[in-house]
Amino acid sequence: MKLLLAGVVSLIATATCAAEITPEARRSGYDFAAAATRAMQDDDTANPGMLWVLQGETLWGTKAGAAEQSCADCHGDARSSMKGVAARYPAFDLALARPLDLEQRINQCRTAHQRAEALVWESADLSALTAFVAHQSRGLPIAARSDPELGPAIDLGRSLFQRREGQLNLSCSQCHDDNWGKRLAGNVIPQGHPTGFPLYRLEWQSLGSLQRRLRNCMNGVRAEPFEYGAPKAVALELFLMERARGMPIETPAVRP
Amino acid sequence: MARVLLNVPPRAKRGEIVEIKTLIAHPMETGYRLDNAGGSIPRDIISLFVCTYNGEEIFRAELFPAIAANPFLAFFTTATESGEIVFTWTNDHGQTQTETRPITVE
Repeated sequence: MKLLLAGVVSLIATATCAAEITPEARRSGYDFAAAATRAMQDDDTANPGMLWVLQGETLWGTKAGAAEQSCADCHGDARSSMKGVAARYPAFDLALARPLDLEQRINQCRTAHQRAEALVWESADLSALTAFVAHQSRGLPIAARSDPELGPAIDLGRSLFQRREGQLNLSCSQCHDDNWGKRLAGNVIPQGHPTGFPLYRLEWQSLGSLQRRLRNCMNGVRAEPFEYGAPKAVALELFLMERARGMPIETPAVRP
Repeated sequence: MARVLLNVPPRAKRGEIVEIKTLIAHPMETGYRLDNAGGSIPRDIISLFVCTYNGEEIFRAELFPAIAANPFLAFFTTATESGEIVFTWTNDHGQTQTETRPITVE
């Protein structure tokens, strides 16, 4: 009887383990990184992501496109005008009737207002501008809007997060909800909170977006990755931001 | 011009040991990688870094293809007198980039 009871208790324990991470138990990828990596992120003169932030600051004041306008001509000083903006993205765009992430919003602004060509995903310029804008929110809590329009996209993101896929038949949730803190090969599995994007990944030797990171993970489970900017990718980003609500932005973070 | 992040303490006491940190944006392309079309990507690395303090060389590093992109170098020196600390990076093609930072020794 005792044995049976123990079995039931362990079964319940497994079942609870598979649930979503409670707000108190949430931890940024920073906490799982090695001390040397954390030190790199903490020191702005050792954090290579700051090179992109610097470049982004230059681009912010550079005129572009047929409208001969720079970001600063409309938005002024990013330190005040962009403060907290990244913490609210992806956000719903009424004209396009779908959520846009920060990279898409920058490109939207470029094509619609600057009448310039959209920047290519993962290009140095787009990464730099995104990093510069997101850097203005460093330390602020993630506060994705609670617009009712975002509901369906968050639900889609949640279902994508929980759905098994790829040849390895794994869902995001199986690693990042159920097995965080354990090791996958030599690496600690983090909880997968998008607190520091765009971030400098030592493996990439460059700055990269959340979408690039998601594509990495999808390749890892041998699934077909989303195209850059695909609505499903944005929905997943949105769900992850919702999941990390209240955690502070770290951009530009440094991760292994 | 490549982007550079330098950390030199603006003030130091005479005889104090100070840490200097340097970070430069550079791909450090090894020459061993192939592009998407299968052609080789030519080697392009920073091969030499020199730091001088009031004209006297205090640190020198030769860099090789195994060094990661955006090389970060940190080193220590003794603050002797006020003046300029000059940093020079030289790439494979002999092109150089020079940055200067003042230091005040009290």
